[in-house]
Amino acid sequence: MKVLLTPRIEGFGGSRWLKPIASTRALAAVVFVFLASAAWAQAAAPAAQASVMSVLWKWAPLIFQGFLFNLLVSVGTMALGTVLGVFLGLAQVSPYRGLRRAAWAITQFFRNAPWLVLLFYAMLILPFQIGPVALPSWLKAVIGLSLPVMGNIAEIVRGGVLSIPTGQWESAEALAFSRRQILWMIILPQAVKRMIPPWMNQYAILTMATTLISIVGIQDGLTMTRAALVAEARTDLLVPMYLMLLLMFFVYCYPIARATLSLERRFAVKI
Amino acid sequence: MDVAQFFSWLNDAHGINFSIFYDPFDRDRFLAGLWTTVALSVICILASIALGIVGAWAQGAKSAVVRAVAQGYVQVFRNTPPLVQLAFFYFAFATLLPTVRDSFGGQAPLISSFGWAVISFSLFAGAFNVEIFRSGIEAVPQSTIEAAEALGYTRLGAYRHVILPLAIRVCLPALNNNLVNLVKTTTLAYAIGVPELLYAAAQIWSEVLNVREMMNVLLVTYIALVALLVAAMNKWERMMRVPGFGQ
Repeated sequence: MKVLLTPRIEGFGGSRWLKPIASTRALAAVVFVFLASAAWAQAAAPAAQASVMSVLWKWAPLIFQGFLFNLLVSVGTMALGTVLGVFLGLAQVSPYRGLRRAAWAITQFFRNAPWLVLLFYAMLILPFQIGPVALPSWLKAVIGLSLPVMGNIAEIVRGGVLSIPTGQWESAEALAFSRRQILWMIILPQAVKRMIPPWMNQYAILTMATTLISIVGIQDGLTMTRAALVAEARTDLLVPMYLMLLLMFFVYCYPIARATLSLERRFAVKI
Repeated sequence: MDVAQFFSWLNDAHGINFSIFYDPFDRDRFLAGLWTTVALSVICILASIALGIVGAWAQGAKSAVVRAVAQGYVQVFRNTPPLVQLAFFYFAFATLLPTVRDSFGGQAPLISSFGWAVISFSLFAGAFNVEIFRSGIEAVPQSTIEAAEALGYTRLGAYRHVILPLAIRVCLPALNNNLVNLVKTTTLAYAIGVPELLYAAAQIWSEVLNVREMMNVLLVTYIALVALLVAAMNKWERMMRVPGFGQ
Protein backbone atom coordinates (compact mmCIF):
# COMPACT_ATOMS: atom_id res chain seq x y z
CA MET A 1 0.00 0.00 0.00
CA LYS A 2 2.62 2.54 1.08
CA VAL A 3 4.67 1.96 -2.02
CA LEU A 4 1.64 2.50 -4.21
CA LEU A 5 0.79 5.81 -2.65
CA THR A 6 4.01 7.49 -3.79
CA PRO A 7 4.24 6.63 -7.48
CA ARG A 8 4.97 10.13 -8.80
CA ILE A 9 8.57 9.33 -8.05
CA GLU A 10 8.75 6.48 -10.49
CA GLY A 11 7.97 8.10 -13.80
CA PHE A 12 5.29 5.84 -15.15
CA GLY A 13 3.91 4.12 -12.11
CA GLY A 14 2.68 1.14 -14.06
CA SER A 15 5.78 -0.63 -15.26
CA ARG A 16 6.71 -2.33 -12.03
CA TRP A 17 3.45 -4.23 -12.00
CA LEU A 18 3.86 -5.81 -15.41
CA LYS A 19 3.06 -9.44 -15.24
CA PRO A 20 5.75 -11.67 -16.66
CA ILE A 21 4.87 -13.21 -20.00
CA ALA A 22 7.35 -14.92 -22.21
CA SER A 23 8.98 -12.08 -24.13
CA THR A 24 9.60 -14.35 -27.09
CA ARG A 25 5.87 -14.98 -27.33
CA ALA A 26 5.04 -11.26 -27.41
CA LEU A 27 7.74 -10.65 -29.98
CA ALA A 28 6.50 -13.56 -32.10
CA ALA A 29 2.98 -12.12 -32.02
CA VAL A 30 4.18 -8.70 -33.22
CA VAL A 31 6.27 -10.23 -36.00
CA PHE A 32 3.27 -12.32 -36.99
CA VAL A 33 1.02 -9.24 -37.28
CA PHE A 34 3.70 -7.52 -39.35
CA LEU A 35 4.12 -10.46 -41.74
CA ALA A 36 0.36 -10.96 -41.99
CA SER A 37 -0.12 -7.32 -42.98
CA ALA A 38 2.64 -7.63 -45.57
CA ALA A 39 1.08 -10.81 -46.96
CA TRP A 40 -2.34 -9.21 -47.01
CA ALA A 41 -0.97 -6.15 -48.81
CA GLN A 42 0.72 -8.52 -51.22
CA ALA A 43 -2.51 -10.35 -51.98
CA ALA A 44 -4.27 -7.04 -52.65
CA ALA A 45 -1.54 -5.73 -54.97
CA PRO A 46 -1.62 -6.10 -58.76
CA ALA A 47 0.68 -8.85 -60.05
CA ALA A 48 2.87 -6.53 -62.14
CA GLN A 49 4.29 -4.67 -59.12
CA ALA A 50 7.29 -5.68 -57.08
CA SER A 51 6.27 -7.76 -54.09
CA VAL A 52 5.70 -5.94 -50.81
CA MET A 53 8.37 -7.94 -49.01
CA SER A 54 11.01 -7.11 -51.62
CA VAL A 55 10.15 -3.40 -51.46
CA LEU A 56 10.32 -3.49 -47.67
CA TRP A 57 13.64 -5.30 -47.88
CA LYS A 58 14.94 -2.66 -50.28
CA TRP A 59 14.08 0.24 -47.95
CA ALA A 60 14.82 -1.48 -44.65
CA PRO A 61 18.51 -0.41 -44.49
CA LEU A 62 17.64 3.27 -45.01
CA ILE A 63 14.85 3.21 -42.45
CA PHE A 64 17.10 1.32 -40.06
CA GLN A 65 19.74 4.02 -40.47
CA GLY A 66 17.14 6.61 -39.53
CA PHE A 67 16.18 4.46 -36.56
CA LEU A 68 19.84 4.28 -35.51
CA PHE A 69 19.92 8.07 -35.58
CA ASN A 70 16.95 8.03 -33.18
CA LEU A 71 18.97 5.80 -30.88
CA LEU A 72 21.99 8.07 -31.13
CA VAL A 73 19.87 11.09 -30.19
CA SER A 74 18.33 9.12 -27.33
CA VAL A 75 21.76 8.20 -25.91
CA GLY A 76 23.07 11.77 -26.17
CA THR A 77 19.91 13.20 -24.64
CA MET A 78 19.93 10.69 -21.82
CA ALA A 79 23.57 11.50 -20.99
CA LEU A 80 22.93 15.25 -20.91
CA GLY A 81 19.59 14.89 -19.14
CA THR A 82 21.05 12.60 -16.48
CA VAL A 83 23.95 14.92 -15.66
CA LEU A 84 21.65 17.94 -15.40
CA GLY A 85 18.98 15.94 -13.60
CA VAL A 86 21.35 14.62 -10.93
CA PHE A 87 22.40 18.16 -10.00
CA LEU A 88 18.81 19.36 -10.02
CA GLY A 89 17.68 16.39 -7.94
CA LEU A 90 20.43 16.88 -5.37
CA ALA A 91 19.55 20.59 -5.23
CA GLN A 92 16.05 19.49 -4.25
CA VAL A 93 17.37 17.80 -1.10
CA SER A 94 19.81 20.61 -0.32
CA PRO A 95 19.82 22.03 3.22
CA TYR A 96 19.34 25.54 1.79
CA ARG A 97 15.68 26.37 1.56
CA GLY A 98 16.05 28.85 -1.32
CA LEU A 99 17.98 26.38 -3.48
CA ARG A 100 15.49 23.64 -2.63
CA ARG A 101 12.51 25.78 -3.62
CA ALA A 102 14.12 26.95 -6.86
CA ALA A 103 15.13 23.42 -7.85
CA TRP A 104 11.62 22.20 -7.07
CA ALA A 105 10.06 24.89 -9.26
CA ILE A 106 12.43 24.17 -12.16
CA THR A 107 11.77 20.44 -11.88
CA GLN A 108 8.00 20.84 -11.86
CA PHE A 109 8.13 23.24 -14.79
CA PHE A 110 10.13 20.93 -17.02
CA ARG A 111 8.27 17.80 -15.97
CA ASN A 112 4.89 19.28 -16.75
CA ALA A 113 5.59 21.08 -20.01
CA PRO A 114 4.91 19.04 -23.16
CA TRP A 115 8.00 17.50 -24.78
CA LEU A 116 7.09 18.81 -28.20
CA VAL A 117 6.70 22.38 -26.97
CA LEU A 118 10.08 22.23 -25.23
CA LEU A 119 11.58 20.80 -28.40
CA PHE A 120 10.12 23.64 -30.48
CA TYR A 121 11.39 26.04 -27.85
CA ALA A 122 14.95 24.78 -28.15
CA MET A 123 14.84 24.58 -31.94
CA LEU A 124 13.50 28.09 -32.46
CA ILE A 125 14.99 30.04 -29.56
CA LEU A 126 18.56 28.67 -29.44
CA PRO A 127 20.93 30.55 -31.75
CA PHE A 128 22.64 28.95 -34.73
CA GLN A 129 25.97 29.33 -33.04
CA ILE A 130 27.31 30.30 -29.65
CA GLY A 131 30.54 32.24 -30.15
CA PRO A 132 32.66 30.20 -32.51
CA VAL A 133 30.81 26.94 -31.77
CA ALA A 134 28.11 26.08 -34.31
CA LEU A 135 24.90 24.55 -33.00
CA PRO A 136 23.62 22.04 -35.58
CA SER A 137 19.91 21.31 -35.42
CA TRP A 138 20.39 17.79 -34.06
CA LEU A 139 22.32 19.25 -31.11
CA LYS A 140 19.52 21.71 -30.47
CA ALA A 141 17.09 18.80 -30.54
CA VAL A 142 19.23 16.93 -27.99
CA ILE A 143 19.19 19.98 -25.73
CA GLY A 144 15.44 20.42 -26.19
CA LEU A 145 14.66 16.78 -25.38
CA SER A 146 17.05 16.72 -22.43
CA LEU A 147 15.04 19.42 -20.61
CA PRO A 148 12.02 17.20 -19.78
CA VAL A 149 14.40 14.28 -19.18
CA MET A 150 16.27 16.48 -16.71
CA GLY A 151 13.06 17.20 -14.81
CA ASN A 152 12.12 13.53 -14.61
CA ILE A 153 15.62 12.39 -13.61
CA ALA A 154 15.62 15.06 -10.90
CA GLU A 155 12.48 13.49 -9.45
CA ILE A 156 14.02 10.02 -9.66
CA VAL A 157 17.15 11.23 -7.83
CA ARG A 158 15.10 13.01 -5.18
CA GLY A 159 12.90 9.94 -4.71
CA GLY A 160 15.94 7.68 -4.49
CA VAL A 161 17.67 9.84 -1.88
CA LEU A 162 14.49 10.21 0.18
CA SER A 163 13.91 6.44 0.09
CA ILE A 164 17.02 5.87 2.21
CA PRO A 165 16.05 5.61 5.91
CA THR A 166 16.83 8.66 8.06
CA GLY A 167 18.84 6.40 10.33
CA GLN A 168 21.53 6.19 7.67
CA TRP A 169 21.94 9.97 7.70
CA GLU A 170 21.93 10.11 11.49
CA SER A 171 24.43 7.33 12.01
CA ALA A 172 26.75 8.82 9.38
CA GLU A 173 26.52 12.15 11.15
CA ALA A 174 27.32 10.44 14.42
CA LEU A 175 30.46 9.05 12.76
CA ALA A 176 31.47 12.64 11.92
CA PHE A 177 31.03 12.44 8.16
CA SER A 178 30.50 15.81 6.50
CA ARG A 179 27.27 16.36 4.59
CA ARG A 180 28.99 15.96 1.25
CA GLN A 181 30.65 12.76 2.41
CA ILE A 182 27.35 11.39 3.68
CA LEU A 183 25.69 12.09 0.36
CA TRP A 184 28.41 10.71 -1.89
CA MET A 185 29.75 7.86 0.25
CA ILE A 186 26.69 6.59 2.09
CA ILE A 187 23.37 7.74 0.68
CA LEU A 188 23.95 7.80 -3.09
CA PRO A 189 25.62 4.36 -3.37
CA GLN A 190 22.51 2.87 -1.78
CA ALA A 191 20.07 5.07 -3.67
CA VAL A 192 21.60 4.40 -7.11
CA LYS A 193 20.38 0.83 -6.97
CA ARG A 194 16.81 2.02 -6.51
CA MET A 195 17.15 4.71 -9.15
CA ILE A 196 18.25 2.36 -11.94
CA PRO A 197 14.82 0.87 -12.81
CA PRO A 198 12.97 4.21 -13.13
CA TRP A 199 15.99 5.58 -14.96
CA MET A 200 15.75 2.78 -17.52
CA ASN A 201 12.02 3.38 -17.76
CA GLN A 202 12.74 7.02 -18.50
CA TYR A 203 15.21 5.97 -21.16
CA ALA A 204 12.59 3.82 -22.91
CA ILE A 205 10.12 6.73 -22.81
CA LEU A 206 12.79 9.03 -24.22
CA THR A 207 13.66 6.63 -27.02
CA MET A 208 10.04 6.64 -28.09
CA ALA A 209 9.91 10.43 -27.81
CA THR A 210 12.90 10.90 -30.13
CA THR A 211 10.56 10.48 -33.12
CA LEU A 212 9.37 14.01 -32.27
CA ILE A 213 12.49 15.37 -33.96
CA SER A 214 10.98 14.42 -37.31
CA ILE A 215 8.33 17.11 -36.70
CA VAL A 216 10.97 19.82 -36.40
CA GLY A 217 12.68 18.75 -39.59
CA ILE A 218 15.48 16.40 -38.55
CA GLN A 219 15.81 13.22 -40.58
CA ASP A 220 15.09 10.27 -38.33
CA GLY A 221 13.43 6.89 -38.75
CA LEU A 222 9.97 8.36 -39.23
CA THR A 223 11.22 10.84 -41.86
CA MET A 224 12.93 8.00 -43.71
CA THR A 225 9.76 5.90 -43.62
CA ARG A 226 7.76 8.79 -45.05
CA ALA A 227 10.40 9.40 -47.73
CA ALA A 228 10.36 5.74 -48.74
CA LEU A 229 6.57 5.80 -48.97
CA VAL A 230 6.63 8.94 -51.10
CA ALA A 231 9.25 7.38 -53.37
CA GLU A 232 7.23 4.22 -53.87
CA ALA A 233 3.84 5.98 -54.07
CA ARG A 234 1.90 2.79 -53.36
CA THR A 235 -0.96 2.81 -50.87
CA ASP A 236 -0.65 -0.90 -50.16
CA LEU A 237 2.79 -0.25 -48.63
CA LEU A 238 1.53 2.22 -46.03
CA VAL A 239 0.52 -0.27 -43.35
CA PRO A 240 3.51 -2.68 -43.62
CA MET A 241 6.04 0.15 -43.84
CA TYR A 242 4.81 1.91 -40.69
CA LEU A 243 4.53 -1.45 -38.95
CA MET A 244 8.16 -2.13 -39.80
CA LEU A 245 9.19 1.07 -38.01
CA LEU A 246 6.93 0.26 -35.06
CA LEU A 247 8.54 -3.17 -34.94
CA MET A 248 12.05 -1.67 -34.76
CA PHE A 249 11.06 0.44 -31.76
CA PHE A 250 9.25 -2.43 -30.13
CA VAL A 251 12.20 -4.78 -30.48
CA TYR A 252 14.41 -2.15 -28.84
CA CYS A 253 12.08 -0.89 -26.10
CA TYR A 254 10.34 -4.08 -25.01
CA PRO A 255 13.49 -5.80 -23.68
CA ILE A 256 14.26 -2.61 -21.74
CA ALA A 257 10.80 -2.73 -20.19
CA ARG A 258 11.33 -6.40 -19.29
CA ALA A 259 14.75 -5.74 -17.79
CA THR A 260 13.37 -2.79 -15.82
CA LEU A 261 10.70 -5.03 -14.43
CA SER A 262 13.05 -7.78 -13.33
CA LEU A 263 15.43 -5.26 -11.74
CA GLU A 264 12.53 -3.66 -9.89
CA ARG A 265 11.56 -7.05 -8.57
CA ARG A 266 15.08 -7.77 -7.44
CA PHE A 267 15.55 -4.40 -5.74
CA ALA A 268 12.03 -4.24 -4.34
CA VAL A 269 11.81 -3.30 -0.68
CA LYS A 270 9.99 -6.02 1.20
CA ILE A 271 7.19 -4.60 3.30
CA MET B 1 -5.42 51.59 -20.35
CA ASP B 2 -7.07 48.22 -20.85
CA VAL B 3 -5.37 44.92 -21.63
CA ALA B 4 -5.52 45.21 -25.42
CA GLN B 5 -4.17 48.77 -25.33
CA PHE B 6 -1.39 47.77 -22.96
CA PHE B 7 -0.14 44.95 -25.19
CA SER B 8 -0.52 47.09 -28.28
CA TRP B 9 1.61 49.73 -26.54
CA LEU B 10 4.13 47.05 -25.47
CA ASN B 11 4.53 46.07 -29.11
CA ASP B 12 4.87 49.64 -30.37
CA ALA B 13 7.17 50.84 -27.62
CA HIS B 14 9.32 47.80 -26.94
CA GLY B 15 8.72 45.39 -29.82
CA ILE B 16 7.45 42.68 -27.49
CA ASN B 17 4.60 41.38 -29.56
CA PHE B 18 1.89 39.44 -27.72
CA SER B 19 -0.47 39.72 -30.69
CA ILE B 20 -3.05 37.34 -29.18
CA PHE B 21 -3.94 39.96 -26.55
CA TYR B 22 -4.77 42.82 -28.89
CA ASP B 23 -5.41 41.33 -32.34
CA PRO B 24 -8.91 39.78 -32.36
CA PHE B 25 -8.02 37.47 -35.28
CA ASP B 26 -5.01 35.98 -33.51
CA ARG B 27 -6.92 35.85 -30.24
CA ASP B 28 -9.73 33.85 -31.80
CA ARG B 29 -7.29 31.45 -33.44
CA PHE B 30 -5.50 30.94 -30.16
CA LEU B 31 -8.74 30.40 -28.23
CA ALA B 32 -9.98 27.96 -30.88
CA GLY B 33 -6.71 26.04 -30.49
CA LEU B 34 -7.03 26.08 -26.72
CA TRP B 35 -10.58 24.79 -26.99
CA THR B 36 -9.49 21.97 -29.34
CA THR B 37 -6.73 20.95 -26.94
CA VAL B 38 -9.14 20.95 -24.00
CA ALA B 39 -11.73 18.92 -25.95
CA LEU B 40 -9.08 16.47 -27.16
CA SER B 41 -7.71 16.07 -23.64
CA VAL B 42 -11.08 15.56 -21.97
CA ILE B 43 -12.33 13.03 -24.53
CA CYS B 44 -9.04 11.10 -24.43
CA ILE B 45 -8.96 11.13 -20.63
CA LEU B 46 -12.46 9.64 -20.41
CA ALA B 47 -11.87 7.11 -23.20
CA SER B 48 -8.49 6.01 -21.83
CA ILE B 49 -9.92 5.52 -18.33
CA ALA B 50 -12.71 3.40 -19.80
CA LEU B 51 -10.16 1.40 -21.79
CA GLY B 52 -8.04 0.97 -18.67
CA ILE B 53 -10.96 -0.39 -16.65
CA VAL B 54 -12.05 -2.80 -19.38
CA GLY B 55 -8.44 -3.86 -20.07
CA ALA B 56 -7.64 -4.47 -16.43
CA TRP B 57 -10.73 -6.63 -16.18
CA ALA B 58 -9.75 -8.51 -19.36
CA GLN B 59 -6.25 -9.14 -17.99
CA GLY B 60 -7.74 -11.13 -15.15
CA ALA B 61 -10.31 -12.92 -17.31
CA LYS B 62 -10.73 -16.70 -17.24
CA SER B 63 -10.28 -17.08 -21.02
CA ALA B 64 -6.62 -17.30 -22.01
CA VAL B 65 -7.38 -15.68 -25.38
CA VAL B 66 -8.90 -12.57 -23.79
CA ARG B 67 -5.93 -12.32 -21.42
CA ALA B 68 -3.45 -12.65 -24.28
CA VAL B 69 -5.24 -9.99 -26.35
CA ALA B 70 -5.25 -7.56 -23.43
CA GLN B 71 -1.59 -8.24 -22.67
CA GLY B 72 -0.61 -7.89 -26.33
CA TYR B 73 -2.44 -4.57 -26.61
CA VAL B 74 -0.72 -3.22 -23.52
CA GLN B 75 2.77 -4.30 -24.55
CA VAL B 76 2.53 -3.05 -28.13
CA PHE B 77 1.14 0.37 -27.24
CA ARG B 78 3.48 0.90 -24.30
CA ASN B 79 6.64 0.02 -26.19
CA THR B 80 6.22 1.90 -29.47
CA PRO B 81 6.45 5.66 -30.03
CA PRO B 82 3.08 7.45 -29.79
CA LEU B 83 4.00 9.63 -32.76
CA VAL B 84 4.57 6.58 -34.97
CA GLN B 85 1.31 5.09 -33.70
CA LEU B 86 -0.45 8.29 -34.69
CA ALA B 87 1.24 8.30 -38.12
CA PHE B 88 0.33 4.65 -38.56
CA PHE B 89 -3.34 5.29 -37.79
CA TYR B 90 -3.68 8.53 -39.73
CA PHE B 91 -1.49 7.90 -42.77
CA ALA B 92 -1.68 4.11 -43.12
CA PHE B 93 -4.66 2.58 -41.36
CA ALA B 94 -7.05 5.34 -42.46
CA THR B 95 -6.43 4.47 -46.12
CA LEU B 96 -8.01 1.06 -45.56
CA LEU B 97 -11.29 2.60 -44.47
CA PRO B 98 -13.98 3.67 -46.96
CA THR B 99 -14.53 7.38 -47.61
CA VAL B 100 -17.84 9.15 -47.25
CA ARG B 101 -19.53 11.83 -49.32
CA ASP B 102 -19.16 15.24 -47.70
CA SER B 103 -21.58 18.19 -47.91
CA PHE B 104 -19.90 19.54 -51.05
CA GLY B 105 -20.35 16.24 -52.87
CA GLY B 106 -16.66 15.37 -52.66
CA GLN B 107 -14.99 12.44 -50.93
CA ALA B 108 -14.09 12.91 -47.29
CA PRO B 109 -12.32 10.47 -44.98
CA LEU B 110 -14.58 8.53 -42.65
CA ILE B 111 -12.67 9.71 -39.57
CA SER B 112 -11.19 13.20 -39.34
CA SER B 113 -7.68 13.96 -38.11
CA PHE B 114 -9.22 14.98 -34.79
CA GLY B 115 -10.95 11.61 -34.64
CA TRP B 116 -7.71 9.75 -35.31
CA ALA B 117 -5.92 11.80 -32.67
CA VAL B 118 -8.63 10.82 -30.17
CA ILE B 119 -8.38 7.13 -31.13
CA SER B 120 -4.58 7.06 -31.11
CA PHE B 121 -4.04 8.91 -27.82
CA SER B 122 -6.82 7.02 -26.08
CA LEU B 123 -5.27 3.70 -27.05
CA PHE B 124 -1.81 4.91 -26.00
CA ALA B 125 -2.85 6.27 -22.61
CA GLY B 126 -5.30 3.39 -22.18
CA ALA B 127 -2.45 0.87 -22.36
CA PHE B 128 -0.75 2.60 -19.44
CA ASN B 129 -4.06 2.88 -17.59
CA VAL B 130 -4.57 -0.89 -17.86
CA GLU B 131 -1.32 -1.47 -15.99
CA ILE B 132 -2.15 1.26 -13.48
CA PHE B 133 -5.59 -0.16 -12.71
CA ARG B 134 -4.13 -3.65 -12.49
CA SER B 135 -1.65 -2.44 -9.91
CA GLY B 136 -4.59 -1.05 -7.95
CA ILE B 137 -6.56 -4.26 -8.29
CA GLU B 138 -3.60 -6.29 -7.08
CA ALA B 139 -3.42 -4.08 -4.02
CA VAL B 140 -6.98 -5.00 -2.98
CA PRO B 141 -6.61 -7.55 -0.18
CA GLN B 142 -7.46 -11.12 -1.16
CA SER B 143 -9.68 -11.43 1.90
CA THR B 144 -11.88 -8.58 0.64
CA ILE B 145 -12.42 -10.40 -2.66
CA GLU B 146 -13.15 -13.64 -0.83
CA ALA B 147 -15.63 -11.85 1.39
CA ALA B 148 -17.38 -10.48 -1.71
CA GLU B 149 -17.49 -13.99 -3.16
CA ALA B 150 -18.89 -15.36 0.07
CA LEU B 151 -21.65 -12.77 -0.12
CA GLY B 152 -22.66 -14.21 -3.49
CA TYR B 153 -21.24 -11.54 -5.81
CA THR B 154 -20.54 -12.68 -9.36
CA ARG B 155 -17.08 -11.96 -10.80
CA LEU B 156 -18.40 -8.89 -12.60
CA GLY B 157 -20.45 -7.77 -9.62
CA ALA B 158 -17.51 -8.05 -7.24
CA TYR B 159 -15.35 -6.18 -9.76
CA ARG B 160 -17.85 -3.35 -10.15
CA HIS B 161 -19.00 -2.90 -6.59
CA VAL B 162 -16.08 -4.00 -4.43
CA ILE B 163 -12.72 -4.29 -6.20
CA LEU B 164 -12.81 -1.33 -8.60
CA PRO B 165 -13.92 1.31 -6.08
CA LEU B 166 -11.03 0.28 -3.80
CA ALA B 167 -8.54 -0.13 -6.64
CA ILE B 168 -9.26 3.32 -8.11
CA ARG B 169 -8.47 4.94 -4.80
CA VAL B 170 -5.16 3.14 -4.56
CA CYS B 171 -4.01 3.93 -8.08
CA LEU B 172 -5.18 7.55 -8.28
CA PRO B 173 -1.67 9.04 -7.91
CA ALA B 174 -0.33 6.90 -10.76
CA LEU B 175 -3.42 7.66 -12.84
CA ASN B 176 -2.88 11.34 -12.15
CA ASN B 177 0.66 11.03 -13.51
CA ASN B 178 -0.47 9.27 -16.66
CA LEU B 179 -3.28 11.73 -17.38
CA VAL B 180 -0.83 14.63 -17.08
CA ASN B 181 1.26 12.79 -19.61
CA LEU B 182 -1.77 12.36 -21.85
CA VAL B 183 -2.47 16.10 -21.86
CA LYS B 184 1.14 16.69 -22.86
CA THR B 185 0.88 14.01 -25.57
CA THR B 186 -2.02 15.87 -27.24
CA THR B 187 0.60 18.24 -28.71
CA LEU B 188 1.55 15.41 -31.10
CA ALA B 189 -1.74 16.01 -32.93
CA TYR B 190 0.16 18.93 -34.47
CA ALA B 191 1.87 16.36 -36.71
CA ILE B 192 -1.39 15.37 -38.42
CA GLY B 193 -2.73 18.90 -38.67
CA VAL B 194 -5.29 18.95 -35.87
CA PRO B 195 -5.72 22.68 -35.12
CA GLU B 196 -4.89 22.37 -31.42
CA LEU B 197 -2.99 24.81 -29.25
CA LEU B 198 0.51 24.15 -30.60
CA TYR B 199 -0.75 24.23 -34.19
CA ALA B 200 -2.58 27.53 -33.63
CA ALA B 201 0.49 29.00 -31.93
CA ALA B 202 2.74 27.86 -34.77
CA GLN B 203 0.38 29.49 -37.27
CA ILE B 204 0.46 32.74 -35.34
CA TRP B 205 4.22 32.85 -34.86
CA SER B 206 4.94 32.05 -38.49
CA GLU B 207 2.68 34.89 -39.63
CA VAL B 208 3.30 37.54 -36.97
CA LEU B 209 6.94 36.47 -36.44
CA ASN B 210 6.71 36.55 -32.65
CA VAL B 211 8.22 33.14 -31.93
CA ARG B 212 9.72 34.09 -28.60
CA GLU B 213 6.54 35.60 -27.19
CA MET B 214 4.24 32.83 -28.45
CA MET B 215 6.61 30.13 -27.18
CA ASN B 216 6.40 31.53 -23.68
CA VAL B 217 2.63 31.94 -23.89
CA LEU B 218 2.43 28.33 -25.06
CA LEU B 219 4.54 26.97 -22.22
CA VAL B 220 2.62 28.95 -19.61
CA THR B 221 -0.71 27.82 -21.08
CA TYR B 222 0.24 24.14 -21.00
CA ILE B 223 1.59 24.44 -17.46
CA ALA B 224 -1.70 26.08 -16.48
CA LEU B 225 -3.72 23.29 -18.14
CA VAL B 226 -1.68 20.62 -16.36
CA ALA B 227 -1.94 22.50 -13.06
CA LEU B 228 -5.74 22.60 -13.46
CA LEU B 229 -5.85 18.86 -14.10
CA VAL B 230 -3.58 18.11 -11.14
CA ALA B 231 -5.65 20.34 -8.86
CA ALA B 232 -8.86 18.60 -9.96
CA MET B 233 -7.32 15.15 -9.52
CA ASN B 234 -5.99 16.03 -6.07
CA LYS B 235 -9.42 17.25 -5.04
CA TRP B 236 -10.95 14.03 -6.32
CA GLU B 237 -8.32 12.06 -4.45
CA ARG B 238 -9.19 13.81 -1.21
CA MET B 239 -12.91 13.26 -1.79
CA MET B 240 -12.40 9.54 -2.42
CA ARG B 241 -10.08 9.02 0.53
CA VAL B 242 -10.87 5.92 2.57
CA PRO B 243 -10.58 6.71 6.30
CA GLY B 244 -7.83 4.67 7.90
CA PHE B 245 -5.63 4.36 4.81
CA GLY B 246 -2.49 6.41 4.20
CA GLN B 247 -1.86 9.46 6.33
